[in-house]
Amino acid sequence: MKQLNHQDTEQKPKIDISLNVQAYTLIIALIAIALIFSLFTGGEFLSPRNLSNLFNQMAVISVLSIGMTLIIVSGHIDLSVGSLAGLAGGIAAILQVWYGWGTVSVIAVGIIAGALLGLWQGWWVAYRAVPAFIVTLGGQLIFRGILIGISQGRTIAPLEPSFRFISNSYLPYSLGYLLAIVMVALFFFLTWKDRIKRNKLALQLASPLVDYGKVTIYGAGILLITFMLSLYYGVPLPMLIVVFFGGLFIFISNKTAFGRYIYAIGGNEEAAALSGINIKRHTLYVFVLMGALAGLAGIMLTSRLNAATVSAGDMYELDAIAACVIGGASLTGGKGKIVGAIIGALIMASIDNGMSMMNIQTFWQYIVKGLILIVAVWVDISNKKQTA
Amino acid sequence: MSQYALEMKQITKTFPGVKALDRVSFSVKKGEIHALCGENGAGKSTLMKVLSGVYPTGNYHGDIFINGQPVAFRDIKGSQDAGVAIIYQELALVPEMTVAENIFLSHERMKKPVIDWHSLYAEAQYWLEQIGLKVDPQMRVSDLTVGKQQLIEIVKALTKKADILILDEPTAALTESDVDVLMRLLRALKSKGVTCIYISHKLGEVLEIADSVTVLRDGKTVSTDPIDVLTEDKIVSKMVGRALTEFFPYQAHQIGEEVLTVQDYQFKHGLTGDLLVKHASFSLRAGEILGVAGLMGAGRTELFTSLFGGYPGESSGQVVISGEAVNIRKPSDAIAKGLAYVSEDRKKYGLVMGMEISKNSTLAALKKVMPNHLIDRTLEVKRAEELTKKMRLKSHSLEADVSQLSGGNQQKVVLSKWLFTDPKILVLDEPTRGIDVGAKYEIYKIINELAAQGVAVVIISSELPEVLGMSDRIMVMSEGEVTGHLSRTEATQEKIMTYATLRRGKNEAVKSSGH
Ligand SMILES: Nc1ncnc2c1ncn2[C@@H]1O[C@H](COP(=O)(O)OP(=O)(O)OP(=O)(O)O)[C@@H](O)[C@H]1O
Ligand SMILES: [Mg+2]
Repeated sequence: MKQLNHQDTEQKPKIDISLNVQAYTLIIALIAIALIFSLFTGGEFLSPRNLSNLFNQMAVISVLSIGMTLIIVSGHIDLSVGSLAGLAGGIAAILQVWYGWGTVSVIAVGIIAGALLGLWQGWWVAYRAVPAFIVTLGGQLIFRGILIGISQGRTIAPLEPSFRFISNSYLPYSLGYLLAIVMVALFFFLTWKDRIKRNKLALQLASPLVDYGKVTIYGAGILLITFMLSLYYGVPLPMLIVVFFGGLFIFISNKTAFGRYIYAIGGNEEAAALSGINIKRHTLYVFVLMGALAGLAGIMLTSRLNAATVSAGDMYELDAIAACVIGGASLTGGKGKIVGAIIGALIMASIDNGMSMMNIQTFWQYIVKGLILIVAVWVDISNKKQTA
Repeated sequence: MSQYALEMKQITKTFPGVKALDRVSFSVKKGEIHALCGENGAGKSTLMKVLSGVYPTGNYHGDIFINGQPVAFRDIKGSQDAGVAIIYQELALVPEMTVAENIFLSHERMKKPVIDWHSLYAEAQYWLEQIGLKVDPQMRVSDLTVGKQQLIEIVKALTKKADILILDEPTAALTESDVDVLMRLLRALKSKGVTCIYISHKLGEVLEIADSVTVLRDGKTVSTDPIDVLTEDKIVSKMVGRALTEFFPYQAHQIGEEVLTVQDYQFKHGLTGDLLVKHASFSLRAGEILGVAGLMGAGRTELFTSLFGGYPGESSGQVVISGEAVNIRKPSDAIAKGLAYVSEDRKKYGLVMGMEISKNSTLAALKKVMPNHLIDRTLEVKRAEELTKKMRLKSHSLEADVSQLSGGNQQKVVLSKWLFTDPKILVLDEPTRGIDVGAKYEIYKIINELAAQGVAVVIISSELPEVLGMSDRIMVMSEGEVTGHLSRTEATQEKIMTYATLRRGKNEAVKSSGH
């Protein structure tokens, strides 16, 4: 009985916080992971050099998980993104190394190739009603096959410095700080605007302390990370790419009809169709976007490795899916957030990175990552049960 | 031993931001049929979920006694073991399984270690015969009508040897003949000593079958009375807290020019090739309320969903909207032409569960909250607020998930969504299914207002009083054909039923002087 009363009195202030339980669990998990690893590595995990590495490592999976969030929200799955990234990177490398194309044009070709192959898969899913699981499982094999075929099984290297620049360069310190400050200011501005609007509409409003407190903490986090990175070479360019595309797609998912529609389609396809939403077309768009992002990820990967290999991107789809799911996306569709997926990608990358630093054998990394995936979903589900 | 089969004392259940039940007490005598009435969102379903262990012990305050013994269920299985069986407002069958498989799901007949299919089917057959339901146990559930599925749910509960059977709005989707089967069944169960809790918004049924009635309002118990001291009006005034004098606020209104003309319309199902609508011809005027009556499966839903472009298949014939011949192939075409269709199944076709109330209500006309091509959340919430206020939606926040709303309030969200498209022609398929009397009255008033503003309204309904009470004109369908038109003045229940049971071949379609 005591316990019940406790729950009851807690109910009121819980409202605003409980809406975001997922985001908090994620951040708490992330901090816990960071602390554990720095403990075991004597602080080395959180050193500027390692943080810089970590953000570089997570970038490719992050870009994939942004697209994967759209796919999962719309109720599908894409098992081909690893192969697709490998193929797009391979095409770019072949054109540059064998045929001497310029960097800008091979980047464009890589991304467009990704988008076209995405279009092809999306057509099968949307207009031919073949389940995405099957289409993209097929795609996984086909794209890998094509890559091996066109590269004749060889590793293609080295690329031009301008190409290597994408994944191996850093922003000047001043620019890094400037962007960080702009971002923090933007956060404050958006929160302020949101509060004014919600107030006008008499919607539920958290206390200013909570809202601005949150922004202050996030802002401090951003500045701290920028500072840490500037102790090394500065903000890595791949990180900027992730932030840019993350922001862009968060905007798309919140502000455009397309974004709203994919949540509706994944949530209840029939109701969405009867509301006049063109299911097929929007499904197709989702796959095209995923393809383009996979193309971009392939470019970034090739740039980082300074080579295209036949096994590039192998199994990346699983990491991307895991990142989304850890970030709170539901495989039944209709639910999922891009921020969540990016944090999920960071968690996955941290585990890889931290365990390698501790010299733990690779097989353990697989086991731990697998367990974390299961536990993450379990935490999500039990959170939901409590609020139901 | 206690004279009560069930006592629930001081039950309180809170959801974040909502007190759904506030010290509710509820006692049911052994062997009686006890009706639980109340407005949408009064807490009926929640109370039953507490009883059946959906909300486990610790999740609510208060005490439950079964046959005088205190109980605390940790899950649904716990309540089942104590003899409580619940049939939910929403069906819980596996569509791809056969009738018999569904009936015995989770308590299959075994010949260890495997399922004994022979006795499973034989027993299913026995139970179906017991309740007089002519259904082959080997049929797939998805091939049955909603009404039959509901009865299968009841059989399923019966085979679990329930002492206390809870039915949460079992008849919302049933035809009259299925309702009769159900009533007979409940009486038979009562004679066998089964205690029954019956939730329904159809007060006629409640008066017919119940021994006592408990009324809930805003999560509190209002009263429990034996049936003989109650009348429909008394129950209603207890439910809404005031007397409700008229049920159908019909007003004669200005009828304008023809907005929809359908000529010789035929519709063939996309997969099976069945002819679902045959030679339908009718017209509809601005400001007119057309009632569409017929038995379950008469093709009413098929006629209007296919006109709306929401049913895969082939159509022929002529459709003219506001003087312009149209070819509607998909719902967005229909919406663009000012046609709106509120489906009969809100869960399957109406709402996106897991999405906010406000987002659901703007989904069919999102462009209207997108000035300069981007969604304006402020505008969206404001519009949603205006719409839902008109509907008297009961919810603590428009940012809440629709699935948290009670059934009736979900229906109001679907209606809001379609009103937001500013339809010229509004088709309402069973618009008041599962809606309480107070809210029904609100919805009828809204329908009247819309008609007064010149919207042409079609009400498809299986409830004859509703069709008779609200329509300017009534169209009756049977087996995919329009079998009659009746004006408001000449329509009676008998005439409608005659047309509704007309069959092709036996009788030629009868046209009356209706319009
Ligand atoms: N999971 C939930 N989360 C939050 N609120 C809920 C949840 N389930 C029910 N509620 C709220 O509890 C109240 C009671 O709902 P309940 O479903 O019991 O109503 P009801 O009497 O069965 O209504 P109806 O006749 O419409 O079915 C409503 O205000 C509803 O919004
Ligand atoms: Mg209910």
